[in-house]
Amino acid sequence: MGARETTVNVLLVLLLPAVALTALFIGEAFYITLATRIAILALAAVGLNIALGLGGLVSFGHAAFFGLGGYVAGVLATHAFNMEPVAFGLPGTTAMPAIWLVAILLCGLVALPIGLVSLRTSGVYFIMITLAFAQMIYYFAISWPAYGGEDGLSLSMRNGFPGLNTAKPFPYFVVVFVLLLAGLLLFHRLRASRFGAALEAARQNPARLAAIGISPFAIRLVAFVLSAMITGLAGALFADLNRFVSPSMLSWHMSGELIVLIILGGKNRLFGPLAGAALYVLFEYALGGLTERWQLFLGLVLLAVVFFARGGLIGLLAGRPRHG
Amino acid sequence: MVEPVLDVKGLEKSFGALKATNGASLDLRPGEIHALIGPNGAGKSTLINQISGALAPDAGSIRFLGTDITMLDTARRARMGLARTFQISSLAQEFSALRNVMLAVQARQGTSLRFFRPVASDVSLTEPAMRMLSRVGLADRANVPAAALSHGERRQLEIAVALAMEPKAFLLDEPMAGMGPEGSKALTGFLDGLRREAPILLVEHDMDAVFALADRVSVLVYGRIIATGSVSEIRNDPEVRRAYLGEPA
Repeated sequence: MGARETTVNVLLVLLLPAVALTALFIGEAFYITLATRIAILALAAVGLNIALGLGGLVSFGHAAFFGLGGYVAGVLATHAFNMEPVAFGLPGTTAMPAIWLVAILLCGLVALPIGLVSLRTSGVYFIMITLAFAQMIYYFAISWPAYGGEDGLSLSMRNGFPGLNTAKPFPYFVVVFVLLLAGLLLFHRLRASRFGAALEAARQNPARLAAIGISPFAIRLVAFVLSAMITGLAGALFADLNRFVSPSMLSWHMSGELIVLIILGGKNRLFGPLAGAALYVLFEYALGGLTERWQLFLGLVLLAVVFFARGGLIGLLAGRPRHG
Repeated sequence: MVEPVLDVKGLEKSFGALKATNGASLDLRPGEIHALIGPNGAGKSTLINQISGALAPDAGSIRFLGTDITMLDTARRARMGLARTFQISSLAQEFSALRNVMLAVQARQGTSLRFFRPVASDVSLTEPAMRMLSRVGLADRANVPAAALSHGERRQLEIAVALAMEPKAFLLDEPMAGMGPEGSKALTGFLDGLRREAPILLVEHDMDAVFALADRVSVLVYGRIIATGSVSEIRNDPEVRRAYLGEPA
Protein backbone atom coordinates (compact mmCIF):
# COMPACT_ATOMS: atom_id res chain seq x y z
CA MET A 1 0.00 0.00 0.00
CA GLY A 2 1.33 3.44 -0.89
CA ALA A 3 1.89 6.13 1.76
CA ARG A 4 -0.92 8.19 0.27
CA GLU A 5 -3.38 5.32 0.42
CA THR A 6 -2.42 4.73 4.06
CA THR A 7 -3.14 8.39 4.87
CA VAL A 8 -6.50 8.24 3.09
CA ASN A 9 -7.35 5.01 4.91
CA VAL A 10 -6.46 6.41 8.34
CA LEU A 11 -8.58 9.49 7.69
CA LEU A 12 -11.49 7.32 6.56
CA VAL A 13 -11.26 5.15 9.67
CA LEU A 14 -11.23 8.20 11.92
CA LEU A 15 -14.13 9.85 10.08
CA LEU A 16 -16.93 7.69 11.50
CA PRO A 17 -15.94 7.81 15.20
CA ALA A 18 -15.31 11.54 14.82
CA VAL A 19 -18.81 12.07 13.48
CA ALA A 20 -20.36 9.80 16.10
CA LEU A 21 -18.49 11.42 18.99
CA THR A 22 -19.31 14.94 17.83
CA ALA A 23 -22.94 13.97 17.47
CA LEU A 24 -22.87 12.47 20.96
CA PHE A 25 -21.58 15.71 22.49
CA ILE A 26 -23.92 18.03 20.68
CA GLY A 27 -26.78 15.64 21.38
CA GLU A 28 -27.74 14.87 17.79
CA ALA A 29 -28.41 11.12 17.92
CA PHE A 30 -29.48 11.11 14.29
CA TYR A 31 -25.89 11.55 13.08
CA ILE A 32 -24.75 8.62 15.20
CA THR A 33 -27.36 6.50 13.45
CA LEU A 34 -26.11 7.82 10.11
CA ALA A 35 -22.54 6.81 10.98
CA THR A 36 -23.77 3.39 12.14
CA ARG A 37 -25.63 2.91 8.88
CA ILE A 38 -22.47 3.74 6.93
CA ALA A 39 -20.44 1.27 8.98
CA ILE A 40 -22.96 -1.55 8.47
CA LEU A 41 -23.28 -1.03 4.72
CA ALA A 42 -19.48 -0.82 4.55
CA LEU A 43 -19.16 -4.16 6.36
CA ALA A 44 -21.67 -5.77 3.97
CA ALA A 45 -19.64 -4.44 1.06
CA VAL A 46 -16.36 -5.63 2.62
CA GLY A 47 -17.89 -9.09 2.43
CA LEU A 48 -18.90 -8.66 -1.19
CA ASN A 49 -15.47 -7.19 -1.96
CA ILE A 50 -13.90 -10.60 -1.23
CA ALA A 51 -15.92 -12.16 -4.05
CA LEU A 52 -16.14 -9.16 -6.36
CA GLY A 53 -12.88 -7.34 -5.71
CA LEU A 54 -10.41 -10.11 -4.96
CA GLY A 55 -12.10 -12.88 -6.92
CA GLY A 56 -13.65 -10.89 -9.77
CA LEU A 57 -16.96 -12.66 -9.08
CA VAL A 58 -19.77 -10.18 -9.72
CA SER A 59 -22.39 -11.61 -7.40
CA PHE A 60 -25.74 -9.96 -8.02
CA GLY A 61 -27.28 -11.95 -5.20
CA HIS A 62 -25.56 -10.83 -2.05
CA ALA A 63 -28.80 -9.31 -0.77
CA ALA A 64 -29.78 -12.92 -0.07
CA PHE A 65 -27.11 -13.10 2.61
CA PHE A 66 -27.68 -9.56 3.85
CA GLY A 67 -31.37 -10.32 4.24
CA LEU A 68 -30.84 -13.78 5.75
CA GLY A 69 -28.61 -12.22 8.39
CA GLY A 70 -31.35 -9.69 9.05
CA TYR A 71 -34.03 -12.37 9.37
CA VAL A 72 -31.83 -14.36 11.77
CA ALA A 73 -31.76 -11.33 14.08
CA GLY A 74 -35.50 -10.76 13.68
CA VAL A 75 -36.64 -14.36 13.97
CA LEU A 76 -34.44 -15.28 16.95
CA ALA A 77 -35.48 -12.13 18.80
CA THR A 78 -39.18 -12.72 18.09
CA HIS A 79 -38.99 -16.27 19.40
CA ALA A 80 -37.13 -15.15 22.50
CA PHE A 81 -39.74 -12.46 23.10
CA ASN A 82 -42.64 -14.89 22.73
CA MET A 83 -40.71 -17.57 24.62
CA GLU A 84 -41.33 -20.09 21.87
CA PRO A 85 -38.61 -22.42 20.65
CA VAL A 86 -37.37 -21.76 17.09
CA ALA A 87 -37.03 -25.39 16.04
CA PHE A 88 -36.07 -28.72 17.60
CA GLY A 89 -36.68 -27.21 21.04
CA LEU A 90 -33.93 -24.64 20.60
CA PRO A 91 -34.87 -21.29 22.12
CA GLY A 92 -34.64 -17.89 20.48
CA THR A 93 -32.20 -15.33 21.80
CA THR A 94 -31.70 -11.61 22.09
CA ALA A 95 -27.93 -11.88 22.65
CA MET A 96 -26.10 -10.33 19.71
CA PRO A 97 -23.07 -12.63 19.81
CA ALA A 98 -25.31 -15.70 19.48
CA ILE A 99 -27.33 -14.04 16.73
CA TRP A 100 -24.16 -13.12 14.82
CA LEU A 101 -22.85 -16.66 15.06
CA VAL A 102 -26.11 -18.12 13.74
CA ALA A 103 -26.26 -15.51 10.95
CA ILE A 104 -22.68 -16.22 9.90
CA LEU A 105 -23.13 -20.00 9.94
CA LEU A 106 -26.50 -19.96 8.20
CA CYS A 107 -25.22 -17.67 5.43
CA GLY A 108 -22.21 -19.95 4.95
CA LEU A 109 -24.50 -22.97 4.73
CA VAL A 110 -26.77 -21.29 2.18
CA ALA A 111 -23.87 -19.86 0.18
CA LEU A 112 -22.31 -23.30 -0.24
CA PRO A 113 -24.96 -24.83 -2.56
CA ILE A 114 -25.52 -21.47 -4.31
CA GLY A 115 -21.79 -21.22 -4.95
CA LEU A 116 -21.54 -24.87 -6.03
CA VAL A 117 -24.08 -24.21 -8.77
CA SER A 118 -23.30 -20.60 -9.69
CA LEU A 119 -19.54 -20.96 -9.89
CA ARG A 120 -19.91 -23.52 -12.69
CA THR A 121 -20.75 -20.50 -14.82
CA SER A 122 -18.92 -17.24 -15.36
CA GLY A 123 -19.43 -13.71 -16.61
CA VAL A 124 -23.00 -12.65 -17.28
CA TYR A 125 -24.36 -16.13 -16.50
CA PHE A 126 -22.84 -15.96 -13.04
CA ILE A 127 -24.49 -12.58 -12.49
CA MET A 128 -27.88 -13.92 -13.59
CA ILE A 129 -27.74 -17.16 -11.63
CA THR A 130 -26.78 -15.44 -8.37
CA LEU A 131 -29.63 -13.00 -8.99
CA ALA A 132 -32.01 -15.91 -9.57
CA PHE A 133 -31.07 -17.60 -6.28
CA ALA A 134 -31.50 -14.36 -4.36
CA GLN A 135 -34.91 -13.73 -5.93
CA MET A 136 -36.02 -17.22 -4.93
CA ILE A 137 -35.21 -16.43 -1.32
CA TYR A 138 -36.88 -13.02 -1.67
CA TYR A 139 -40.17 -14.50 -2.89
CA PHE A 140 -39.98 -17.19 -0.26
CA ALA A 141 -39.77 -14.51 2.45
CA ILE A 142 -42.69 -12.59 0.91
CA SER A 143 -44.93 -15.63 0.77
CA TRP A 144 -44.13 -17.07 4.18
CA PRO A 145 -46.61 -15.44 6.59
CA ALA A 146 -45.07 -16.74 9.83
CA TYR A 147 -42.55 -13.89 9.92
CA GLY A 148 -44.59 -11.05 8.54
CA GLY A 149 -44.43 -11.94 4.85
CA GLU A 150 -44.45 -8.84 2.72
CA ASP A 151 -44.86 -6.54 5.74
CA GLY A 152 -41.65 -7.64 7.39
CA LEU A 153 -40.91 -8.20 10.99
CA SER A 154 -40.44 -5.61 13.74
CA LEU A 155 -38.10 -6.10 16.68
CA SER A 156 -39.74 -4.83 19.83
CA MET A 157 -36.35 -3.72 21.08
CA ARG A 158 -32.77 -3.85 19.88
CA ASN A 159 -30.95 -7.06 20.79
CA GLY A 160 -28.40 -6.87 23.57
CA PHE A 161 -24.67 -7.13 23.94
CA PRO A 162 -23.27 -8.14 27.36
CA GLY A 163 -22.13 -5.09 29.31
CA LEU A 164 -23.44 -2.49 26.87
CA ASN A 165 -26.69 -0.60 26.60
CA THR A 166 -27.25 -1.18 22.90
CA ALA A 167 -30.58 0.61 22.97
CA LYS A 168 -28.61 3.85 23.02
CA PRO A 169 -27.19 4.90 19.65
CA PHE A 170 -23.57 5.44 20.68
CA PRO A 171 -22.83 2.08 22.33
CA TYR A 172 -24.44 0.38 19.36
CA PHE A 173 -22.27 2.41 17.00
CA VAL A 174 -19.20 1.22 18.93
CA VAL A 175 -20.26 -2.42 18.55
CA VAL A 176 -20.82 -2.01 14.81
CA PHE A 177 -17.62 -0.04 14.28
CA VAL A 178 -15.48 -2.64 16.04
CA LEU A 179 -17.00 -5.33 13.82
CA LEU A 180 -16.28 -3.21 10.74
CA LEU A 181 -12.64 -2.89 11.84
CA ALA A 182 -12.49 -6.66 12.34
CA GLY A 183 -13.94 -7.16 8.86
CA LEU A 184 -11.39 -4.78 7.34
CA LEU A 185 -8.55 -6.53 9.19
CA LEU A 186 -9.79 -9.89 7.94
CA PHE A 187 -9.94 -8.61 4.34
CA HIS A 188 -6.44 -7.17 4.69
CA ARG A 189 -4.96 -10.40 6.03
CA LEU A 190 -6.88 -12.50 3.55
CA ARG A 191 -5.59 -10.52 0.58
CA ALA A 192 -1.98 -10.83 1.74
CA SER A 193 -2.28 -14.57 2.48
CA ARG A 194 -1.72 -17.66 0.36
CA PHE A 195 -5.45 -17.96 -0.14
CA GLY A 196 -5.62 -14.34 -1.28
CA ALA A 197 -2.81 -14.92 -3.77
CA ALA A 198 -4.64 -17.91 -5.23
CA LEU A 199 -7.95 -16.01 -5.34
CA GLU A 200 -6.44 -13.01 -7.10
CA ALA A 201 -4.73 -15.33 -9.56
CA ALA A 202 -8.11 -17.00 -10.21
CA ARG A 203 -9.41 -13.56 -11.17
CA GLN A 204 -6.43 -12.68 -13.37
CA ASN A 205 -5.86 -16.01 -15.09
CA PRO A 206 -7.78 -19.14 -14.06
CA ALA A 207 -6.09 -21.30 -16.71
CA ARG A 208 -2.71 -20.46 -15.21
CA LEU A 209 -3.92 -21.30 -11.72
CA ALA A 210 -5.20 -24.71 -12.85
CA ALA A 211 -1.96 -25.36 -14.73
CA ILE A 212 0.09 -25.06 -11.55
CA GLY A 213 -2.25 -27.40 -9.69
CA ILE A 214 -4.76 -25.16 -7.87
CA SER A 215 -8.41 -25.62 -8.79
CA PRO A 216 -9.91 -22.15 -9.43
CA PHE A 217 -13.37 -23.54 -8.64
CA ALA A 218 -12.42 -24.64 -5.11
CA ILE A 219 -10.72 -21.32 -4.35
CA ARG A 220 -13.69 -19.33 -5.64
CA LEU A 221 -16.14 -21.45 -3.68
CA VAL A 222 -14.32 -20.79 -0.41
CA ALA A 223 -14.18 -17.08 -1.25
CA PHE A 224 -17.89 -16.98 -2.09
CA VAL A 225 -18.82 -18.62 1.21
CA LEU A 226 -16.56 -16.34 3.28
CA SER A 227 -17.93 -13.36 1.43
CA ALA A 228 -21.53 -14.39 2.16
CA MET A 229 -20.77 -14.90 5.86
CA ILE A 230 -19.48 -11.35 6.32
CA THR A 231 -22.36 -9.81 4.38
CA GLY A 232 -24.75 -11.91 6.51
CA LEU A 233 -23.24 -10.56 9.70
CA ALA A 234 -23.78 -7.03 8.40
CA GLY A 235 -27.41 -7.94 7.67
CA ALA A 236 -27.97 -8.96 11.30
CA LEU A 237 -26.52 -5.61 12.41
CA PHE A 238 -28.75 -3.76 9.93
CA ALA A 239 -31.90 -5.38 11.30
CA ASP A 240 -30.86 -4.34 14.78
CA LEU A 241 -30.12 -0.80 13.67
CA ASN A 242 -33.59 -0.36 12.17
CA ARG A 243 -35.29 -2.74 14.63
CA PHE A 244 -37.03 -3.98 11.53
CA VAL A 245 -36.39 -6.54 8.84
CA SER A 246 -38.37 -6.95 5.64
CA PRO A 247 -38.07 -8.70 2.29
CA SER A 248 -36.63 -5.48 0.82
CA MET A 249 -33.33 -6.43 2.48
CA LEU A 250 -33.38 -9.51 0.23
CA SER A 251 -34.36 -7.77 -2.98
CA TRP A 252 -32.21 -7.26 -6.03
CA HIS A 253 -32.11 -3.51 -5.35
CA MET A 254 -30.10 -4.30 -2.27
CA SER A 255 -27.71 -6.52 -4.26
CA GLY A 256 -27.25 -3.70 -6.74
CA GLU A 257 -26.69 -1.21 -3.94
CA LEU A 258 -23.87 -3.30 -2.51
CA ILE A 259 -22.20 -3.47 -5.92
CA VAL A 260 -22.63 0.29 -6.32
CA LEU A 261 -20.94 0.88 -2.94
CA ILE A 262 -17.88 -1.04 -4.12
CA ILE A 263 -17.72 0.62 -7.52
CA LEU A 264 -18.09 4.08 -5.91
CA GLY A 265 -15.36 3.42 -3.37
CA GLY A 266 -12.99 1.41 -5.54
CA LYS A 267 -13.16 -2.32 -6.08
CA ASN A 268 -10.47 -4.54 -4.61
CA ARG A 269 -9.34 -1.65 -2.41
CA LEU A 270 -9.25 -2.34 1.31
CA PHE A 271 -11.18 0.81 2.15
CA GLY A 272 -13.24 0.97 -1.03
CA PRO A 273 -16.40 -0.32 0.69
CA LEU A 274 -16.13 2.23 3.50
CA ALA A 275 -15.48 5.12 1.12
CA GLY A 276 -18.35 3.96 -1.08
CA ALA A 277 -20.78 3.51 1.81
CA ALA A 278 -19.91 6.94 3.20
CA LEU A 279 -20.45 8.57 -0.17
CA TYR A 280 -23.69 6.67 -0.76
CA VAL A 281 -25.26 7.46 2.59
CA LEU A 282 -24.20 11.12 2.39
CA PHE A 283 -25.83 11.33 -1.02
CA GLU A 284 -28.94 9.66 0.25
CA TYR A 285 -29.06 12.09 3.18
CA ALA A 286 -28.08 15.32 1.43
CA LEU A 287 -30.00 14.85 -1.81
CA GLY A 288 -32.75 12.72 -0.33
CA GLY A 289 -33.76 15.79 1.67
CA LEU A 290 -34.09 17.84 -1.52
CA THR A 291 -35.73 15.40 -3.86
CA GLU A 292 -37.20 11.94 -3.86
CA ARG A 293 -35.37 11.30 -7.10
CA TRP A 294 -31.93 11.49 -5.50
CA GLN A 295 -30.94 8.23 -7.13
CA LEU A 296 -30.97 10.02 -10.47
CA PHE A 297 -28.04 12.10 -9.23
CA LEU A 298 -26.39 9.03 -7.80
CA GLY A 299 -26.64 7.54 -11.27
CA LEU A 300 -24.81 10.53 -12.70
CA VAL A 301 -22.04 10.16 -10.11
CA LEU A 302 -21.78 6.48 -10.92
CA LEU A 303 -21.46 7.30 -14.61
CA ALA A 304 -18.68 9.77 -13.81
CA VAL A 305 -16.87 7.17 -11.72
CA VAL A 306 -17.10 4.52 -14.42
CA PHE A 307 -15.89 6.91 -17.13
CA PHE A 308 -13.34 9.04 -15.31
CA ALA A 309 -12.36 7.33 -12.07
CA ARG A 310 -12.34 3.56 -12.47
CA GLY A 311 -10.54 3.18 -9.16
CA GLY A 312 -13.49 4.85 -7.39
CA LEU A 313 -13.06 7.36 -4.59
CA ILE A 314 -10.00 5.59 -3.18
CA GLY A 315 -8.42 5.51 -6.62
CA LEU A 316 -9.11 9.22 -7.02
CA LEU A 317 -7.58 10.12 -3.65
CA ALA A 318 -4.78 7.59 -3.39
CA GLY A 319 -3.83 6.71 -6.95
CA ARG A 320 -3.46 3.29 -8.52
CA PRO A 321 -3.16 0.20 -6.35
CA ARG A 322 0.25 -1.31 -5.77
CA HIS A 323 1.00 -4.93 -6.32
CA GLY A 324 3.93 -6.77 -4.85
CA MET B 1 11.95 -51.61 -21.68
CA VAL B 2 11.65 -48.72 -19.25
CA GLU B 3 8.13 -47.75 -18.30
CA PRO B 4 7.32 -44.44 -20.03
CA VAL B 5 6.56 -41.43 -17.81
CA LEU B 6 3.76 -40.34 -20.10
CA ASP B 7 1.91 -42.72 -22.39
CA VAL B 8 -0.67 -41.40 -24.84
CA LYS B 9 -2.71 -43.95 -26.79
CA GLY B 10 -5.18 -43.55 -29.61
CA LEU B 11 -6.30 -40.03 -28.75
CA GLU B 12 -9.17 -38.64 -30.81
CA LYS B 13 -10.77 -35.22 -30.76
CA SER B 14 -13.18 -33.67 -33.23
CA PHE B 15 -14.51 -30.15 -33.49
CA GLY B 16 -17.63 -30.60 -35.59
CA ALA B 17 -16.52 -32.18 -38.85
CA LEU B 18 -12.86 -31.38 -38.21
CA LYS B 19 -10.84 -34.25 -36.78
CA ALA B 20 -8.17 -32.29 -34.93
CA THR B 21 -6.66 -35.36 -33.28
CA ASN B 22 -6.98 -38.59 -35.19
CA GLY B 23 -5.72 -41.57 -33.24
CA ALA B 24 -2.53 -39.95 -31.95
CA SER B 25 -0.19 -42.08 -29.81
CA LEU B 26 3.15 -41.13 -28.31
CA ASP B 27 5.15 -41.67 -25.17
CA LEU B 28 7.74 -39.84 -23.10
CA ARG B 29 10.55 -41.81 -21.49
CA PRO B 30 12.64 -40.89 -18.46
CA GLY B 31 15.47 -38.49 -19.20
CA GLU B 32 14.54 -37.70 -22.77
CA ILE B 33 13.46 -34.71 -24.78
CA HIS B 34 10.74 -35.79 -27.15
CA ALA B 35 9.99 -33.15 -29.73
CA LEU B 36 6.56 -32.87 -31.34
CA ILE B 37 6.68 -31.10 -34.66
CA GLY B 38 4.19 -30.55 -37.43
CA PRO B 39 2.97 -27.92 -39.86
CA ASN B 40 0.61 -25.18 -38.74
CA GLY B 41 -2.85 -26.55 -38.09
CA ALA B 42 -1.57 -30.09 -37.56
CA GLY B 43 -3.26 -30.16 -34.15
CA LYS B 44 -0.23 -29.78 -31.89
CA SER B 45 -1.92 -27.41 -29.46
CA THR B 46 -5.09 -29.52 -29.42
CA LEU B 47 -2.98 -32.54 -28.52
CA ILE B 48 -1.06 -30.68 -25.80
CA ASN B 49 -4.33 -29.34 -24.39
CA GLN B 50 -5.67 -32.88 -24.08
CA ILE B 51 -2.51 -34.08 -22.36
CA SER B 52 -2.55 -31.16 -19.91
CA GLY B 53 -6.27 -31.57 -19.23
CA ALA B 54 -7.60 -28.36 -20.78
CA LEU B 55 -9.56 -30.38 -23.37
CA ALA B 56 -11.29 -33.74 -22.93
CA PRO B 57 -10.52 -36.27 -25.67
CA ASP B 58 -13.38 -38.08 -27.45
CA ALA B 59 -11.51 -41.38 -27.26
CA GLY B 60 -8.16 -42.80 -26.24
CA SER B 61 -6.22 -42.82 -23.00
CA ILE B 62 -3.47 -40.89 -21.26
CA ARG B 63 -1.34 -42.56 -18.59
CA PHE B 64 1.04 -40.60 -16.41
CA LEU B 65 3.46 -42.31 -13.99
CA GLY B 66 1.47 -45.52 -14.43
CA THR B 67 -1.91 -43.93 -13.59
CA ASP B 68 -4.75 -43.32 -16.02
CA ILE B 69 -5.29 -39.56 -15.96
CA THR B 70 -7.68 -39.31 -18.92
CA MET B 71 -10.57 -38.22 -16.72
CA LEU B 72 -8.65 -35.96 -14.31
CA ASP B 73 -8.86 -32.17 -14.52
CA THR B 74 -5.94 -29.87 -15.20
CA ALA B 75 -5.26 -29.02 -11.57
CA ARG B 76 -5.13 -32.70 -10.53
CA ARG B 77 -2.70 -33.53 -13.33
CA ALA B 78 -0.54 -30.58 -12.36
CA ARG B 79 -0.47 -31.72 -8.75
CA MET B 80 0.68 -35.16 -9.91
CA GLY B 81 3.66 -33.46 -11.51
CA LEU B 82 2.71 -32.52 -15.04
CA ALA B 83 3.92 -28.98 -15.73
CA ARG B 84 2.99 -27.16 -18.90
CA THR B 85 4.02 -23.84 -20.34
CA PHE B 86 1.75 -21.98 -22.72
CA GLN B 87 2.40 -21.09 -26.34
CA ILE B 88 1.19 -17.58 -25.60
CA SER B 89 2.51 -16.56 -22.19
CA SER B 90 -0.21 -17.05 -19.61
CA LEU B 91 0.64 -15.47 -16.29
CA ALA B 92 -1.05 -13.55 -13.50
CA GLN B 93 -0.45 -10.22 -15.21
CA GLU B 94 -0.85 -7.95 -12.19
CA PHE B 95 1.49 -10.02 -10.04
CA SER B 96 5.23 -9.51 -10.02
CA ALA B 97 7.48 -12.16 -11.53
CA LEU B 98 8.33 -13.29 -8.02
CA ARG B 99 4.68 -13.66 -6.95
CA ASN B 100 3.91 -15.67 -10.07
CA VAL B 101 6.59 -18.17 -9.09
CA MET B 102 5.62 -18.05 -5.39
CA LEU B 103 2.12 -19.12 -6.37
CA ALA B 104 3.54 -22.24 -8.04
CA VAL B 105 5.62 -22.97 -4.92
CA GLN B 106 2.53 -22.73 -2.72
CA ALA B 107 0.60 -24.91 -5.17
CA ARG B 108 3.26 -27.60 -4.88
CA GLN B 109 3.15 -27.36 -1.09
CA GLY B 110 -0.65 -27.64 -1.24
CA THR B 111 -1.10 -24.74 1.16
CA SER B 112 -3.53 -22.45 -0.63
CA LEU B 113 -6.11 -22.66 2.15
CA ARG B 114 -4.07 -20.58 4.58
CA PHE B 115 -5.81 -17.34 5.30
CA PHE B 116 -3.77 -15.18 7.63
CA ARG B 117 -0.03 -15.29 7.23
CA PRO B 118 1.22 -12.73 4.69
CA VAL B 119 3.06 -14.31 1.77
CA ALA B 120 5.35 -11.35 1.13
CA SER B 121 7.50 -12.10 4.19
CA ASP B 122 7.20 -15.89 4.00
CA VAL B 123 10.66 -17.26 3.20
CA SER B 124 9.30 -20.75 2.59
CA LEU B 125 7.76 -19.20 -0.55
CA THR B 126 10.09 -16.35 -1.47
CA GLU B 127 13.33 -18.27 -1.12
CA PRO B 128 12.51 -21.17 -3.50
CA ALA B 129 10.82 -18.72 -5.88
CA MET B 130 13.92 -16.51 -6.03
CA ARG B 131 16.03 -19.58 -6.71
CA MET B 132 13.89 -20.47 -9.72
CA LEU B 133 14.02 -16.91 -11.04
CA SER B 134 17.82 -16.97 -10.73
CA ARG B 135 17.96 -20.21 -12.68
CA VAL B 136 16.21 -18.64 -15.66
CA GLY B 137 18.13 -15.36 -15.28
CA LEU B 138 15.24 -13.21 -14.07
CA ALA B 139 16.43 -12.55 -10.49
CA ASP B 140 16.93 -8.83 -11.10
CA ARG B 141 13.39 -8.53 -12.54
CA ALA B 142 11.72 -10.26 -9.58
CA ASN B 143 9.57 -7.29 -8.55
CA VAL B 144 8.42 -6.25 -12.01
CA PRO B 145 4.74 -7.02 -12.77
CA ALA B 146 4.35 -9.76 -15.37
CA ALA B 147 2.49 -7.31 -17.61
CA ALA B 148 5.57 -5.03 -17.71
CA LEU B 149 8.05 -7.76 -18.64
CA SER B 150 9.34 -8.05 -22.18
CA HIS B 151 8.08 -10.88 -24.36
CA GLY B 152 11.27 -12.87 -23.90
CA GLU B 153 11.24 -12.34 -20.15
CA ARG B 154 7.69 -13.64 -19.97
CA ARG B 155 8.80 -16.79 -21.77
CA GLN B 156 11.54 -17.20 -19.15
CA LEU B 157 9.04 -16.62 -16.37
CA GLU B 158 6.80 -19.38 -17.79
CA ILE B 159 9.76 -21.74 -17.44
CA ALA B 160 10.51 -20.55 -13.89
CA VAL B 161 6.88 -21.21 -12.88
CA ALA B 162 7.09 -24.72 -14.34
CA LEU B 163 10.40 -25.35 -12.52
CA ALA B 164 8.87 -24.28 -9.21
CA MET B 165 6.33 -27.08 -9.54
CA GLU B 166 9.22 -29.58 -9.34
CA PRO B 167 7.38 -31.64 -11.95
CA LYS B 168 7.85 -35.23 -13.08
CA ALA B 169 7.41 -34.18 -16.72
CA PHE B 170 7.42 -30.92 -18.67
CA LEU B 171 5.05 -30.06 -21.50
CA LEU B 172 6.62 -27.08 -23.20
CA ASP B 173 4.43 -25.49 -25.87
CA GLU B 174 6.72 -23.54 -28.20
CA PRO B 175 9.00 -22.08 -25.52
CA MET B 176 11.13 -20.39 -28.18
CA ALA B 177 8.18 -18.61 -29.84
CA GLY B 178 9.00 -14.99 -30.54
CA MET B 179 12.43 -15.14 -28.93
CA GLY B 180 15.43 -13.66 -30.69
CA PRO B 181 18.31 -15.87 -31.85
CA GLU B 182 20.29 -15.06 -28.69
CA GLY B 183 17.42 -16.00 -26.42
CA SER B 184 16.69 -19.20 -28.34
CA LYS B 185 20.30 -20.25 -28.05
CA ALA B 186 20.42 -19.63 -24.32
CA LEU B 187 17.12 -21.46 -23.80
CA THR B 188 18.35 -24.39 -25.90
CA GLY B 189 21.33 -24.74 -23.59
CA PHE B 190 19.06 -24.51 -20.55
CA LEU B 191 16.61 -27.17 -21.77
CA ASP B 192 19.52 -29.45 -22.62
CA GLY B 193 20.35 -29.61 -18.91
CA LEU B 194 16.73 -29.67 -17.78
CA ARG B 195 16.05 -33.16 -19.19
CA ARG B 196 18.11 -34.60 -16.35
CA GLU B 197 15.49 -33.31 -13.89
CA ALA B 198 12.42 -34.45 -15.76
CA PRO B 199 11.68 -35.53 -19.33
CA ILE B 200 10.35 -32.91 -21.71
CA LEU B 201 7.65 -33.12 -24.35
CA LEU B 202 8.68 -30.21 -26.52
CA VAL B 203 6.40 -28.63 -29.12
CA GLU B 204 8.60 -26.35 -31.17
CA HIS B 205 8.80 -24.66 -34.55
CA ASP B 206 12.47 -23.75 -34.23
CA MET B 207 14.08 -26.64 -36.13
CA ASP B 208 17.60 -25.75 -35.03
CA ALA B 209 16.49 -26.16 -31.42
CA VAL B 210 14.59 -29.38 -32.16
CA PHE B 211 17.48 -30.98 -34.00
CA ALA B 212 19.97 -29.90 -31.32
CA LEU B 213 17.88 -31.12 -28.37
CA ALA B 214 15.57 -33.97 -29.26
CA ASP B 215 16.35 -37.57 -28.41
CA ARG B 216 13.28 -38.50 -30.40
CA VAL B 217 11.00 -36.60 -32.72
CA SER B 218 7.35 -37.25 -33.53
CA VAL B 219 5.75 -35.67 -36.56
CA LEU B 220 2.07 -34.71 -36.36
CA VAL B 221 0.15 -34.13 -39.59
CA TYR B 222 -3.64 -33.73 -39.72
CA GLY B 223 -3.97 -34.95 -36.16
CA ARG B 224 -1.99 -38.12 -36.81
CA ILE B 225 1.54 -39.05 -35.80
CA ILE B 226 3.04 -40.07 -39.13
CA ALA B 227 6.52 -40.89 -37.83
CA THR B 228 8.50 -41.19 -34.61
CA GLY B 229 12.25 -41.68 -34.46
CA SER B 230 15.67 -40.20 -33.88
CA VAL B 231 16.59 -36.89 -35.46
CA SER B 232 18.42 -38.54 -38.33
CA GLU B 233 15.62 -41.03 -38.97
CA ILE B 234 13.09 -38.21 -39.14
CA ARG B 235 15.31 -36.11 -41.37
CA ASN B 236 15.57 -38.94 -43.83
CA ASP B 237 11.99 -40.16 -43.68
CA PRO B 238 10.52 -39.58 -47.14
CA GLU B 239 6.96 -39.20 -45.88
CA VAL B 240 8.03 -36.54 -43.39
CA ARG B 241 9.99 -34.69 -46.03
CA ARG B 242 6.98 -34.66 -48.30
CA ALA B 243 4.40 -33.75 -45.66
CA TYR B 244 6.33 -31.33 -43.57
CA LEU B 245 9.73 -30.25 -44.68
CA GLY B 246 8.10 -29.25 -47.93
CA GLU B 247 10.35 -31.14 -50.29
CA PRO B 248 9.29 -33.16 -53.29
CA ALA B 249 9.73 -36.85 -52.67
